[in-house]
Amino acid sequence: MTPPSWNVIGKPIPQVGSRQKVTGEALYTDDLRIPGTLVGKILRSPHASARIVRLDVSAALALPGVHAIVTGKDAPRPFGVLPISKDEPSMGIDRVRYVGEPVAGIAADDEWIAMEAMKLIHVEYLPTKPIDDAKQALAEVANAADKIHPGTKFGNNLHKMVEQHFGDLPKAFSESFHVAKGHFEYAGISHTFTEPMSAVAHFDRDGRLHIWSATQVPHYLHRAMSEVLGLPMSRIRVIRPNVGGGFGGKSDPFPHEMIASLLTMRCRRPVRITFDREEVFISHHGRHPSEIDVAVGCDKNGRLTGLDIDALIDGGAYGSFGVVTSYYNGVLAQGPYRIDNFKYRGRRAYTNKPMSGAMRGHGAVNTRYALELLFDECAEKVGIDPAEMRIQNALPAYTTTINDFRITSNGVVECIEKVRDASGWKDKRGKLPFGHGIGLACSFYISGSALPIHRTRTPQSTVHIKIDMDGGVTVHSMAAEIGQGSDTVLAQCVAEILGLDVSWIRVKTEDSDLAPIDLGSYSSRVTFMMGNAAIKAAENIREQLRKAACRMAGGEPTDWVFRDAKVINTVDPSKSMTYMEALDEALADNGALIASGWYQSPKLGGAYKGAGAGLSPTYSFGAYITELHVDTETGFVHLDKIWAAHDCGRALNPLAVKSQIIGCVHMGLGQVLMEQWDFNHRSKGNIRNPSLLDYPMLTAKEMPPVDVFIVESDDKEGPFGAKEAGEGPLLPILPSVGNAIYDAIGVRMRELPITPASILRALEAKKKGKS
Amino acid sequence: MSQPPKEVIKFEVNGRTVEVAVRPYDVLLDVLRNELDLIGTKRGCDQGSCGCCAIHMDGRPVLSCLTLAKWAAGKKITTIEGLANPEPHPLQTAFETCGATQCGFCTPGFIMSAKALLDRNAEPDEATIKEHISGNVCRCTGYLQIVEAVQKASEELLEKDRPHDASVVERNRQTHPAGR
Repeated sequence: MTPPSWNVIGKPIPQVGSRQKVTGEALYTDDLRIPGTLVGKILRSPHASARIVRLDVSAALALPGVHAIVTGKDAPRPFGVLPISKDEPSMGIDRVRYVGEPVAGIAADDEWIAMEAMKLIHVEYLPTKPIDDAKQALAEVANAADKIHPGTKFGNNLHKMVEQHFGDLPKAFSESFHVAKGHFEYAGISHTFTEPMSAVAHFDRDGRLHIWSATQVPHYLHRAMSEVLGLPMSRIRVIRPNVGGGFGGKSDPFPHEMIASLLTMRCRRPVRITFDREEVFISHHGRHPSEIDVAVGCDKNGRLTGLDIDALIDGGAYGSFGVVTSYYNGVLAQGPYRIDNFKYRGRRAYTNKPMSGAMRGHGAVNTRYALELLFDECAEKVGIDPAEMRIQNALPAYTTTINDFRITSNGVVECIEKVRDASGWKDKRGKLPFGHGIGLACSFYISGSALPIHRTRTPQSTVHIKIDMDGGVTVHSMAAEIGQGSDTVLAQCVAEILGLDVSWIRVKTEDSDLAPIDLGSYSSRVTFMMGNAAIKAAENIREQLRKAACRMAGGEPTDWVFRDAKVINTVDPSKSMTYMEALDEALADNGALIASGWYQSPKLGGAYKGAGAGLSPTYSFGAYITELHVDTETGFVHLDKIWAAHDCGRALNPLAVKSQIIGCVHMGLGQVLMEQWDFNHRSKGNIRNPSLLDYPMLTAKEMPPVDVFIVESDDKEGPFGAKEAGEGPLLPILPSVGNAIYDAIGVRMRELPITPASILRALEAKKKGKS
Repeated sequence: MSQPPKEVIKFEVNGRTVEVAVRPYDVLLDVLRNELDLIGTKRGCDQGSCGCCAIHMDGRPVLSCLTLAKWAAGKKITTIEGLANPEPHPLQTAFETCGATQCGFCTPGFIMSAKALLDRNAEPDEATIKEHISGNVCRCTGYLQIVEAVQKASEELLEKDRPHDASVVERNRQTHPAGR
């Protein structure tokens, strides 16, 4: 495919649906107005760990205006996004495991009545000693019933342990010129999307359950609801209205979706549950609080010899995506550098906190920070420029890693060169005055998980196209537009193949009654998988139009190209016709054109245990440089400028890619410099900062300028060469700041977030000679 | 505990006079969304910390989640729905073309905040824009393209020098007494 011949692909176009968003017309779940809708509220546990001794809802149920109340016993079957850890009940049954865990759901005429009813529900708790953090969770528990989840196979509160070995790490380290080691600690952080979770459920008189929900994973929600509620999937319809951001925080089925459903099934009225901001923080599922020990070896020429990672992550009360996180903390460190000796141990603990789960850059972000800082330490010991050493160690394109990841297109070297040259790296690194610094780091991330979560041969993404006599192209998919622009990608892919402008395309991705399965917006899979499915479907339609053109004007099917709403005969231009003319012929004696296209990842990977984790049909790469200065009096870090290069294969929509990269920079800067889910043991299991006032994030004022470089390595299997740009771009910003701080003041910060206080402590320690 | 009685208040919203019955504790955000179906104004936090519910009251930006509904009595309210007239305001198109809207949930609040700035400072510099919108939270864009969009809209408004809505007509009339 030759890039210049494209009409729609590669053009910076506004998002499909952006006009509705800027005018206030766009409907999000809480904006839906269904007549007769009741207000749903959730009564939540005040205890981090307790037995429920008595639960009496009779007084609340008697309150006028209360239509239904449900409790855990109404839906005893637990659920979870991963089939291997379905451990979360819709509401606590007999016990509660974190502060804020749902205990009962109420449907009432209005919020006031619902709140009054909440006070009338009588719950008697017997508090038990909570497990506060992952280290406590490692202690043996004598009586299995006292574990957070009695059924686990460990004698303590561990949820999952994974171990992998490749090559001969002890030998590699013993022969290394230098082994850089460090213990790194990370606070948990939250996605903090602006739209609070919301769900409206309606069990209609035909006995069908409709749910509108702010979700990234309509299909997984569909499955989980079917299991929990005991309804066949065909009796459930999932609708995803506009979603106000997700970042992984809306990628699980949630209790409130079950509770709204149970309530409407009880009273047959539509029920809406919309969270307040505190409930959003309680429902969390953010990045795991983590402790990671990493060791990186290199030889005297700066060639990496081995990598050892040991991660202990705090999973909170339930499983969520945690088994995947347990793997990703290690396996996603297998790029972008060639490392032939590798050992990993990952452990996830259950604790009495809101659960952690998937968040943008899932599992890869924290280890990446450690690896890139230790990489710089190796470069320093060897005496080589860290940029040079990264180029030397970069995996080539089209290779296989030691853990059997198939690497295809790879633009990491070009990324490094771009930011190195644009930033004036060679004149700045190590040469700026004390307090000023510049730092570099790279990234490596999956472009969709090759293995589906459920063992099934159903393709990971299917796209349907229908064209009727009006010529408009209706495209159906369940790929979840959550603000990232997937609807635009879908429209672009179809428009390009059919030679139409995007305005011809009507994207319908909301309704499970209409659209075929797509697994959802997580693991940066949508552009790659849905894009390929869309191209396949559109090519099928194009074939039908070609045949029609031949019937009308003669010639061969291969003679025709589609462009500017015309079907052009390249052999004899006089035979060319408009798209509408070709369509009329195609519809004659035929009816509407329809086609289906699908994507299924090729079979990949090794045969060892856990080989599926981190497998992707392709990987994104990147390199960022950060320049900053540190106020050594106050400890404040001031960001001067970021140079960000990301290899997304092909930018289908450069405007959207740029937006994703800058958005990632913003989110990563927050984690490295300020964000933390402030959970203090003395607060008895409460999050201390469940509000946007107390959870610090960068505002517009703190955001530094970012120069974005889009590198296009043209992936052979990607749609028009594309791969992901939504999560990988978050990874390098954190360590580029860490490395820049080292360049500025000579300390490697091993605890995130890097606060002014921690900078001052580090400077003090450095002064005393202990670095 | 029974709910306190409702009181009927009258105000203007997007040029239309409305009468609604409100309770003493009702906030304007709820009245706009639930009584008047103006769902373009979003609820992000209920505590004035995200800016998603920004509207104009008598031409000044206020957070409708922190504004008691009864304070709106006799006032002129403008919400995001009142900006397109009927063509979209240059801020709205700039947010589209600059990639300043992704999930879009914060967008109405940003546009209302930015409009308030441009109404009184037609040519703000970058620092002023950043300062002005720093009370609005966006988790998708990283803000830079929002700043760019506000700059672009400002340029466009100056360039076209065309009155867009009543307040600008009024301001331009004062600035250019000869009229146009």
